[in-house]
Parts: sequence; structure tokens; C-alpha cells
Amino acid sequence: MTETGAAPVARDSSRTVAAGLLAWVWPGLGHLYLGRRGKGLVLMASILALFGLGVSMDSRLQLHLGLEDPLALLFSLAQMGVGAPYVLARLLGFEAGTVTSPVYEYGNTFTAVGGLLNILVILDALDTARGVRGK
Amino acid sequence: MHSHLVTLVVFSALVSTVFATLLRDTLRERLRFGLLAFAAFVLSTFLIGWLTNPFPR
Repeated sequence: MTETGAAPVARDSSRTVAAGLLAWVWPGLGHLYLGRRGKGLVLMASILALFGLGVSMDSRLQLHLGLEDPLALLFSLAQMGVGAPYVLARLLGFEAGTVTSPVYEYGNTFTAVGGLLNILVILDALDTARGVRGK
Repeated sequence: MHSHLVTLVVFSALVSTVFATLLRDTLRERLRFGLLAFAAFVLSTFLIGWLTNPFPR
């Protein structure tokens, strides 16, 4: 590649990385950064609603990184997919959840699915930044 | 939110919205796909609930 082509490639690469990181830090932010305002706002509202409702339904947010319980590890990784809202909820004291609550399992499902959907949103932001997806 | 039905409807609506936004490009296509996904979520839940009704445990 010639020197004239190297700069745009580096710029595109940093734009892609920035979009991916922003999409992970806050749902929808990667799309907003790429100028996809409507799409970003809809994704942000939907995923934050899922996660917020899950937290309000007494979901457990405890971090579990050990391999002795692989399902708990996967569950934690899924929840962490939502990014900063996960950290924020933990800092606000919602990490323990209430296992005796009748909606505890619903809450867990909402928070984990919110995180998993945000992983799809991150991948979409990366594809959009690379020009693989148009809209 | 202590109603199973309301929880199902809200969950289905939010997940369908994300899928439709990610997987389709025009507003018309998104509305159509989102409604189909929403209906599939709700109806399949009722169907599975009905099929598993004889096995409560």
C-alpha cells in the first residue's frame, strides 16, 4: 500500500475501534458516534429499558469470574455486555438481588438478555463503521 | 411488574424492537419484522405453556 492510502486506513481503523468501545460503554452510543442517530436512540432506549426493568425486578448482578461454576460465569459475562449501566447498578448497591422475590428469575433474564443484545449492537456498530452495513 | 403476562409482553416488545432495528434497514421492513417477531415470542410462549401444562414439575 502506498503512503497516501495508509492515513485513511488508520483513520477508519481508529473510527471502528472507537465505535465498538463506545457501543460497549453505553448501549447505542456507538451508532450515535457513527451518525446513526435514530437507530442509536432506539437501541439505547430498548436495551436500557430491558436492563433497568431487570434491576428493578431484583436481578442478581454479582460478578462471578471463577471456572467452578461455568454457568454463573457465562451469566456474569452476559450481564457485563451492557457496559457502564452494569457497573453503575452495582455501584448503586443493586448487586445482591433478592432471591426470594417472585420476579427474581425474570429480573435475571431481563438483565442477561439486555447484555447479550448489546453484544449484537456492538458487532453491528463495528460492521457499520467498516462500511459492511449501510443503514 | 408482578404480572406474568405484562412481563412477557414487555420483554417480547423490547427484544423484538432491538432485533428489528438491527436486522432490517427501512422503517417499513422494521415494523413488519418487529410485529412478526413480537407475535412469534408471545404465541410460542403460550404454545409451550399449553404443551407443558400436564407436567407442572
